[in-house]
Amino acid sequence: MAPKLPPQPPLEHSSAATAGGAAAHHAPPRGMLRWLLTTNHKEIGSLYLIFSLIMFFIGGIFAMVVRAELFQPGLQLVNPDFFNQMTTMHGLIMVFGAVMPGFVGLANWMVPLQIGAPDMALPRLNNFSFWLLPIAFLLLLSTLLMPGGGPDFGWTFYAPLSTTYAPPSTTFFILSLHMAGISSILGAINIIATILNLRAPGMRLMDMPLFVWTWLITAFLLIAVMPVLAGVITMMLMDINFGTSFFNAAGGGDPVLFQHLFWFFGHPEVYIMILPAFGIVSAIIPTFARKPLFGYASMVYATASIALLSFLVWAHHMFAVGLPLVAELFFMYTTMLIAVPTGVKVFNWITTLFRGSISFEPPMLFALAFVVLFTIGGFSGLMLAIAPADFQYHDTYFVVAHFHYVLVPGAVFAIMAGVYYWLPKWTGHYPNVRLSQWHFWLSVIGVNLTFFPMHFSGLAGMPRRIPDYALQFADFNLVSSLGAFLFGASQLVFVAVVVLCVRGGEKAPAKAWDGAEDLEWSVPSPAPLHTFDTPPTFSPHVH
Amino acid sequence: MSHRDHGATDSHKLGVRRTVVRSVAALIGMFAFAFALVPLYDVFCQVTGINGKVDNTAQAIIHEGVDDSRYVTVQFITRGSSGLPWRLEVETRQVRVHPGQTSEINFTFRNQSAEASRARAVPSVSPSRASRHLRKVSCFCFDEQHLEAGERLELPLVFQLARDLPPDVNTVTLVYTLYPVTDARAPRRAQVTAGKGDEA
Repeated sequence: MAPKLPPQPPLEHSSAATAGGAAAHHAPPRGMLRWLLTTNHKEIGSLYLIFSLIMFFIGGIFAMVVRAELFQPGLQLVNPDFFNQMTTMHGLIMVFGAVMPGFVGLANWMVPLQIGAPDMALPRLNNFSFWLLPIAFLLLLSTLLMPGGGPDFGWTFYAPLSTTYAPPSTTFFILSLHMAGISSILGAINIIATILNLRAPGMRLMDMPLFVWTWLITAFLLIAVMPVLAGVITMMLMDINFGTSFFNAAGGGDPVLFQHLFWFFGHPEVYIMILPAFGIVSAIIPTFARKPLFGYASMVYATASIALLSFLVWAHHMFAVGLPLVAELFFMYTTMLIAVPTGVKVFNWITTLFRGSISFEPPMLFALAFVVLFTIGGFSGLMLAIAPADFQYHDTYFVVAHFHYVLVPGAVFAIMAGVYYWLPKWTGHYPNVRLSQWHFWLSVIGVNLTFFPMHFSGLAGMPRRIPDYALQFADFNLVSSLGAFLFGASQLVFVAVVVLCVRGGEKAPAKAWDGAEDLEWSVPSPAPLHTFDTPPTFSPHVH
Repeated sequence: MSHRDHGATDSHKLGVRRTVVRSVAALIGMFAFAFALVPLYDVFCQVTGINGKVDNTAQAIIHEGVDDSRYVTVQFITRGSSGLPWRLEVETRQVRVHPGQTSEINFTFRNQSAEASRARAVPSVSPSRASRHLRKVSCFCFDEQHLEAGERLELPLVFQLARDLPPDVNTVTLVYTLYPVTDARAPRRAQVTAGKGDEA
């Protein structure tokens, strides 16, 4: 793909590798251009992670606006239109801007290191997929300043709210989502091509670390469903601008069709956001329990089953649209079926811990919190899967509690666990233990204070996406808001830990953690810009 | 790729190319699939009667004898549309019929504005299970209507509930929603649907 370069000294700092210009004058670009043109998987991985962190804070600020408005009943801070834009943008940015790029960043950094590849298979495409993202999200954020405001129809952008009744900026929203989608698709192609073709000699698929496995399956999901999302938003675009009637009953279309198409994308999408988290936790728990992962093969099959089942459950988001009884039952049972492979995973993690020699370093703290709190989110998911019960829970704060439990102490905690786990490899320094522990405990307390009361307010009937509420929900919302402020503020500690770790700290050896076995721990810490120029010798350890 | 200077490079390149070609093919396939779902969804809903979609074509009366043993209540609901100064009224909100019996109900369209305009009434049946057993012999909903300023137009709906209507369905609700017809596309689409059922 890229022109060949002479081998470079491993600790060379400014070698932005293989872009065409760099090869011509043998001096890699410096300053901003270095980052703009880099094709190095580690630099692109860092860019993704930094981008994801920035988006996490922007989306977080929007969440703070929402929680501040909901601090007490009545309308006090923002008007309802702006409130709607805040909930919508919070969801869109966290899903497409923070969690997905966060995992792609970890994949860029770690997949080549874990399979002994010198770089991603398509380095220049990799650069392109990253730089699409800042453009897409600048465009998305700019809609907030446009006349009529930004998207205000919820992150699920149901038609006709997002077509007939949408603000004029919706066309920009569609374009930015198209760009983010193309970025994910290209990233997925790159990851599949890397994993399938660039593994170290002797590494079979069933020898791969689970983070690589879960990302391989995630990438297939992305390729299968991102085009469906692209199709849906293209139909919206045509309904808005070209007079078609895909979702407009007046011209023979159907708004319910939108929901089917959206959730056909949307449900695999939620597994796209959690499968790599399973992979990270499956790397961390064995390391700090000092035992090999229990049931490696069953973990792989469970991940694949979850991915396949995710295509058969989409209508459980739509129990209340008036599905026929047969469909309600079908989607109820398939949804409950997903609890089986997920349960296999949770039990495997617990069994790995069983009689392990456990120590509680920061990554392990987050991984353990993940197992417990994600399971709580899984259980409330099972409650929501019960179709008749869902008629009551639908569109209440119970749903909000459910998906925040699987996404915040689920996906986000897993990303943080991964960051703490691999920071020594990236920077050569251990993260400050005391500060990491503060970050962990403040986050755990904040997350639970925020989201646990939402179960109760939801069961009592508080609807989601409403800027005001009845008086009886006041106490729950007060607690939720205080918890949210605590959680939001404690993420500043996380930034402090990362910045301090980049600048210095206790030096880490190549094998930074005692029980860590995968290939990334065989290269020095910090990992030099170019690793595995010659493939490593790989000897499969028994899983 | 760039740093693989050993013999494996070519086979890696081939492998990567093959993976990329296959992924792109899958991508294009899924994008097309999303659009294919639109007609598939319509067909699926019409065949199964899910979603209250009714066959929007004239159907012949079946002379199968009237089932005197039971009554079914048929309710009519009419709804206007924002941005369309029309009213749609039905002469009676509710009738009781026997399955197999043919009934005629009159609907009144009224254009309340000072401008001529076109609109279309789109039907929906609830419960959706009943939609396959509702046979419309003639209906204003098969075509779009054109009304001059202030014009009033009375149009009939002739329908029959088939005798095989599930026994637990005692009430059938027909909802007509008025939609403005603004561009040339919508009526063409309606006619295509109407053409299919001509021989019925």
